[in-house]
Amino acid sequence: MFEVRGLERIILHSDLNCFYASVEMLYHPEYRDKPMAVSGDPDQRHGIILTANYLAKARGVRTGEAIWQARQKCPSLVTVPPDYSRYLRFSQMARKIYGDYTDQIEPFGIDEAWLDVTATPGVGDGKALADEIRGRIWRELGITVSIGVSFNKVFAKIGSDYKKPDATTLITRENYREIVWPLPVGDLLYVGPATRAKLEGKGIYTIGALAQTPPERLSSWLGKWGRMLWVFAGGLDHSPVTRMGEEAAIQSVGNSCTTPRDLESDEDVRMTLYILSDSVAARLREQGLRGRTVSLSIRDNMLASFTRQKKLPDPTCLTEEIAGEAFALFQKNYRWERGIRSIGVSVSDLSSRSEPLQLDLLGKQLRREEREALEDAMDHLRRRYGNQCVRRGVTLSDAQFAGMDPKREHVIHPVGFIPAGGKVGGGF
Amino acid sequence: MRKVFVDVLARHDAQGQTTPLLVVWEDGRKFEIDRVLDIRPAASRKVGGAGIRYLVRIGRHETVLFEEEGRWFVEGKDAPERE
Repeated sequence: MFEVRGLERIILHSDLNCFYASVEMLYHPEYRDKPMAVSGDPDQRHGIILTANYLAKARGVRTGEAIWQARQKCPSLVTVPPDYSRYLRFSQMARKIYGDYTDQIEPFGIDEAWLDVTATPGVGDGKALADEIRGRIWRELGITVSIGVSFNKVFAKIGSDYKKPDATTLITRENYREIVWPLPVGDLLYVGPATRAKLEGKGIYTIGALAQTPPERLSSWLGKWGRMLWVFAGGLDHSPVTRMGEEAAIQSVGNSCTTPRDLESDEDVRMTLYILSDSVAARLREQGLRGRTVSLSIRDNMLASFTRQKKLPDPTCLTEEIAGEAFALFQKNYRWERGIRSIGVSVSDLSSRSEPLQLDLLGKQLRREEREALEDAMDHLRRRYGNQCVRRGVTLSDAQFAGMDPKREHVIHPVGFIPAGGKVGGGF
Repeated sequence: MRKVFVDVLARHDAQGQTTPLLVVWEDGRKFEIDRVLDIRPAASRKVGGAGIRYLVRIGRHETVLFEEEGRWFVEGKDAPERE
């Protein structure tokens, strides 16, 4: 690690406020003065709040809760279905504006991005530039954005959360102890509920307390994450903002879904994993990729969730191998204390399909190649005749499930600057 | 105000520039655009939308037209005008 003194970086973190809800309020002026939320389809049981506007948030409506829970707190809540293609267009328009100032733009999900503006002419301390971007987003997109300005990515992100909506927060080497350190430790990037509970159990409630704990001690509690969080808390993060275009390198391909009913048996899970893996494998093939690590994520009907992953002997883009591995992970890790509400499969550790594979004497590799050819043919059929034209037998035992098309409904989930397993929370 | 989608006759030149020439109001009246005064990306908070905003002069009046994803709209009065 090194630091060039006198050439302090200036990094912006831009966060489109209540993104989905703000776009809907732009198009539906009649919702602007009502508590409103963008939510999944209640009939398909995806009835979860995706984003609430500020009026709804003020009544306690939270991202991720079920519509009925939200309605208990806020009976007058208006819910609207999401329009992902429109949100994507707005996200791209915002990025185009960022692109007028720098080519170092690292998107973090659909609604957030880091910008390294160190080399932007006339940047000063970055605040005026942030205000200019804020003004343009308001005039050109009709929505608001909060921007954090700081000397590293982690503090810039804290800055964008610090004051909302439509605000700029400057966090400097001079003021970070006053602004950042008193904040609850859970406000730090990658401190999720589990890590927060662990830290609080050790008496660490604020980011400042975390920064002042010896890193060795943090490592002994949290493993390698401990040191990283200490670096984050002390403002010592040096990770660069990825240049635009570079971020296009996909790090994982995954699919998850909230199922039309709770999953109650191994057979339910196996079927769902096949449906999801089918779409993950198809997307891998579409992108010309294979992957070596299969991850399974489970959320039960009390909304407790966990993720497990396993490395495969050979990279794969085959439904059967992905689903098989995911199911093995499931059987090893789930004890059926509760029904399952949502489930996800993803594949990471990606490589190109054009890379050669090691052949073996038993002909296993040849059989895998045959299967790839078969699945390619299925992709081709599905592209021409629709997703339902070829189906797996395992998916036919439940008509509700068989109708799911996760590939079409797929939404890209962000992967941050941590290679894999980094959780991203919050609403869009 | 209402978002009123309108027919527009426009010239798309070889440089990729779009110039609206004629607007057809929802009641069928046609207005020739005398001059485009300003072109910029903009949102319409009044009626809900975001795209390219054209400030145009029609006769002695200045008005704005928006082009959003290949469709044109104007910020219309609450009730459709009747003559």
